[in-house]
Amino acid sequence: MEVLDLLLEPWRSGIGRRALVEVILLGLACGALSFWVVSYRLSYPAESLGHGLLPGLVLAALAGAPLLLGAFAGVAVAAGAVALAARDEDIGTDTATAVVVTGLFGAGALLALAPSAPARLEELLFGDPLAVSDADLIVATALLAGGAIALLALHRPLCAVALDAGGAGALGVSRGWTRAALFGLLACTLAVAVQGLGSLLVLALLVAPAVAVGGWGLGPGRAMGLGAGVGAFAGIAGIYASYHLGSAAGASVALALCLTAAAGSGARGLGHLRRSVAGPDPAGSG
Amino acid sequence: MAVEVQGVSLGYGGAPVLDRVSFSAPTGTTVSVLGPNGGGKTTLFRALVGELSPIAGSLAARGRPAYVAQTERTRLDFPVSALDVALMGSLAGGRWWLPARGSDRRGARSALGRVGLGAEANTRFGELSGGQRQRVLIARALVQDAEVLLLDEPLTGVDRASAEHIEELFGELRSEGRTLLVSTHDMDSARRCDLVLCLNRRQVAFGAPGEVLGRETLEQTYGSEIVMLDEPGQPARAIAVGHHHH
Repeated sequence: MEVLDLLLEPWRSGIGRRALVEVILLGLACGALSFWVVSYRLSYPAESLGHGLLPGLVLAALAGAPLLLGAFAGVAVAAGAVALAARDEDIGTDTATAVVVTGLFGAGALLALAPSAPARLEELLFGDPLAVSDADLIVATALLAGGAIALLALHRPLCAVALDAGGAGALGVSRGWTRAALFGLLACTLAVAVQGLGSLLVLALLVAPAVAVGGWGLGPGRAMGLGAGVGAFAGIAGIYASYHLGSAAGASVALALCLTAAAGSGARGLGHLRRSVAGPDPAGSG
Repeated sequence: MAVEVQGVSLGYGGAPVLDRVSFSAPTGTTVSVLGPNGGGKTTLFRALVGELSPIAGSLAARGRPAYVAQTERTRLDFPVSALDVALMGSLAGGRWWLPARGSDRRGARSALGRVGLGAEANTRFGELSGGQRQRVLIARALVQDAEVLLLDEPLTGVDRASAEHIEELFGELRSEGRTLLVSTHDMDSARRCDLVLCLNRRQVAFGAPGEVLGRETLEQTYGSEIVMLDEPGQPARAIAVGHHHH
């Protein structure tokens, strides 16, 4: 009974229930998307956009506007600024991105630390799933539904471009539009997920699930499904840890996600080690 | 004509990387495209599939040509099966936003069978040998059902069994009235084609192998990358240094 109580207790309060539903919705949506974020090597752009949208969040908080609007505006400005800076071929895309994103992040922190600003910087940086409202849950549900439809529709072009961009072009699949569609989906997901995990920790949701399930030879569909499950599971584990240990909810979820990724990576490493110790297959696989 | 290229110059924003190319390929022929790395072979193929607009001139191919990339240009760590890759050919029919149909799956299985890989349908693409991967990419082109196939060095790095299977398949495709443009560094393979196009940032020569594959043309095409193997009374023979040797 004691274990059952431990498991059910967070669900008994409205705050705990909303937090759990939020991380399940975000875990499912981001966990599925994470397969493509990792496959298309978008981890760094995702991190950059997550940090670069901070001024939008802060300005929305200062103006008393919905944070979601601020997040969308922040993502759009960050993406535009990165694209503009990356046109300077002399410094290279990575350096340009680093400079722009650090500048935006600094501007956001400066605004948030102004004497007249409400004390919400911590929540904007690290998120607070315990503070989500019913409206946030509706937005997260819309993200999950919209994201699922988009991923289903884009599945075949995404696979074709990921395998062989030149060959995909000959099949009539535009690599530019396909990448732009994925980037747009990533930007929308960031804008919604940042409400739960904040500007600094949101990347964990978009990378850790794919790392946890990658390298086992699962096809894209299975890897996305399992990634969604891992995202939701780690989210629940994080909220339970936060509830029972009194730790910060956003950070607990991010840590649970990273531990899951580390466990997946460790299991893979053990598998490789076992195979190398066992030596080559005597039957020969060709 | 299945492929018609008239006075085409191609580039990527700067000076042309391929200048003044004119040739035409009749339906059901195989054209060997010879040239050094960076000579413009892949650029020409990119233009023929519509990825690159000509700076000057015009080019046209019947239908939407299929492009068979070098397997080195594919992501071997991407977790898809041979069947998944062959099935990608059905994207050429549009409907990219919908799942593949049962008929598409049957077509993909049949194409894999035709390239001798029916039993490997569920094997991961990255786990196949280089030759098998090349055959899977050809199966993808078969699913696309293109009248014109552009094959980028299909025999480079391919085991002998696969090379024989691929060359046999080329003969079948030609007898079906399909037109093949095959980029290669293999002179013997070029000699077996109907026509040869030599490129080195411009068109060096175009014509029947007997007319084109002479010492002077090959030296102009490959420059210092060619070693001639002259034998009295024999056609000019050469090895493209730094490429696949035959």
